[in-house]
Amino acid sequence: MVSNTRKLEPPSDDKRWRIVVGTMRRNGFARHSLIETLHTVQESFGFLDEESLHYVAESLRVPLSQVYGVSTFYHLFSLKPAGKHTCVTCTGTACYIKGAPQLLAAIADKHGINPEETTEDGNLSLLTARCVGSCGLGPVAVVDGEVVGKLTPDELLARLQEVMDHHDD
Amino acid sequence: MMIERFEEITTEEQTAVAEHDHTVKVCVAAGCLSSQSDQVLDALKNGVGEHRGCHVKGVGCMGLCSQGPLVAVESKTGAKSGSVMYQNVKAEDASDIIQSLGKKPVARLELKTNVPFFQRQTKIVLENCGEIDPERIEEYIAVEGYQGLLTAVTEMSPNEVIDEIVRSGLRGRGGGGYPTGLKWTTVAKMDGPTKYVICNADEGDPGAFMDRSVLESDPHRVLEGMAIAGYAVGATEGYIYVRGEYPLAVERLKIAIRQANRLGVLGSKVCGTTFDFNVHIRLGAGAFVCGEETALIASIEGKRGTPRPRPPYPAEYGLWGKPTLINNVETFANVPAILRKGGAWYAGIGTEKSKGTKVFALAGSIQNTGLIEVPMGMSLREIIFDIGGGVPNGNCKAVQTGGPSGGCIPADYFDTPVDYESLKALGSIMGSGGMIIMDDSSSMVDVARYFMEFCMTESCGKCVPCRVGTVHMHTLLNKIYTGQARRHDLETLEKLCDLVMNTSLCGLGQTAPNPVLSTLRYFRHEYMDLLVDGAEDGRSATAVDAQLLEAQP
Repeated sequence: MVSNTRKLEPPSDDKRWRIVVGTMRRNGFARHSLIETLHTVQESFGFLDEESLHYVAESLRVPLSQVYGVSTFYHLFSLKPAGKHTCVTCTGTACYIKGAPQLLAAIADKHGINPEETTEDGNLSLLTARCVGSCGLGPVAVVDGEVVGKLTPDELLARLQEVMDHHDD
Repeated sequence: MMIERFEEITTEEQTAVAEHDHTVKVCVAAGCLSSQSDQVLDALKNGVGEHRGCHVKGVGCMGLCSQGPLVAVESKTGAKSGSVMYQNVKAEDASDIIQSLGKKPVARLELKTNVPFFQRQTKIVLENCGEIDPERIEEYIAVEGYQGLLTAVTEMSPNEVIDEIVRSGLRGRGGGGYPTGLKWTTVAKMDGPTKYVICNADEGDPGAFMDRSVLESDPHRVLEGMAIAGYAVGATEGYIYVRGEYPLAVERLKIAIRQANRLGVLGSKVCGTTFDFNVHIRLGAGAFVCGEETALIASIEGKRGTPRPRPPYPAEYGLWGKPTLINNVETFANVPAILRKGGAWYAGIGTEKSKGTKVFALAGSIQNTGLIEVPMGMSLREIIFDIGGGVPNGNCKAVQTGGPSGGCIPADYFDTPVDYESLKALGSIMGSGGMIIMDDSSSMVDVARYFMEFCMTESCGKCVPCRVGTVHMHTLLNKIYTGQARRHDLETLEKLCDLVMNTSLCGLGQTAPNPVLSTLRYFRHEYMDLLVDGAEDGRSATAVDAQLLEAQP
């Protein structure tokens, strides 16, 4: 629980870095706040790029190898930018039984992407989650942060088209 | 004095309730929120302007998640006093509900509450879920919240608190069923001064949402349980490790901690005594293995969540090397009630070896998907057919308990009472409380393959049996499911199950073969039917091979 008061300058004057520094400061720049800090970086920037990994490593005095190790170990952290829109399909047991594989197949068919992939135009990312806890509504997908339940493959595709069209307007 | 403050708050709350003839409660837990219950809440709040004497509030989970959004109306006056429940409520229905207050209920939305789903439950952990506003500490206090903590810190010694827990017979609700009192005793005996209490809210079992509902519906209850534990074992810091996938639970916990600190029931000088207890939230980042206690500790320390061999157990060498008490959300949620009503009362519920109640999340092919709490020892049949309402197509095949570490129990065994030992004897486990019901359209081989795929991707990679074994078992299951396997593949699979079970480092690997073993035990024919040479009529592998050889030029 070594704390570190030395403050490093953020890589750029992007305001989002202030939020990241805020998290580290609240935790006294303690090494154990690594995961919390990475959560904040991901929330602020959408993903973890190399620059931010370096910055977090130096600020918290954690070896870069450990920062990289942690960010690749946990599923929620992403080292690649996500597409403009995201569709998180739940593959928990209840959703699986109620037809989650068909949802995934439909997306693969229509948009040509498998889980953890993004379309070539960067418009849509497909992710999977192990249970979002809305088992009563299975099969469930989270489209741009909004939970949609009791889906059929066609309904999900229509929904995705809707959010993508809406954004393009 | 804290007790006077509590009484003051309780009186204020009761006066406020007394002023209203009708209380409209809208479920704002995750299940109903996903079907836009927030819009229903807004519409009702806007609508009551026309109707005096009505109070609209958001509450936690009411249980029947598949029929959400749920709204409950409690009336003290009018033609229909008592309570009415509405299902599948939309924002447009708000005006009808308000119009009906004190008159006949809106028939098209009414949900019958005189059914087994509501009447057969015994609520201890969930007693406030669906009753109180989870974002107001005052409502929790008005239902005797924090009374257990107050009694503990002002009138009891730490040992007396532990004795009460031992007397209750409470066992760990995370799945293992380790006696909670014994765990507390062990940590209390360790040398201080620094000890920690951790609440495991990393509910990774897919298809289980009990902990999530408790945290979202009654967060103070868990905090109170943790504080009582802290007092009993001599810890001043507590950590709640919550899944990153549960943003709403995290938000409500943050609010609850802030309110509890402000009121003085957490933080420094709890309830005006010399006991300090601070609670911190730690966010998980999506790793199933972090539900294992040593992996969870590593994760709180900011490292990769990989487990380490035990002993030493966390009770001895836990967070940052200090004695640490780790319990599950539901275990902590039972504690306040035990302190308030006594260990003997709690021990009077349940069976000889499994005391109290258990919360289950019913999901899959079942009529009433949702959250239930029943006394230990109730039979699976009562849970699935009476409370759960049975399977929609009428052909119930099996129930899966315990998630990826558990097993499938066929319908023939549904008269088994649900307790730790009975489920274990059937080759499954109690687990954290997920129950996935399957009808005859589910292939058991596919289910086993699904869980193996889960364990394969979630294996942390530290020990070889789990890292490599799960991959091979998954390949074999895939081969079987796609009809390309032979008898010897099944033999290899069984050998691997045995190997991985006995040589893996942590619970994930040790229990990964369970879904395969239990489906093999009860549904072996499904595996055999898929084998190339599985038929009993003697077309053995060698015969087929010989034919193939002959066919070649």
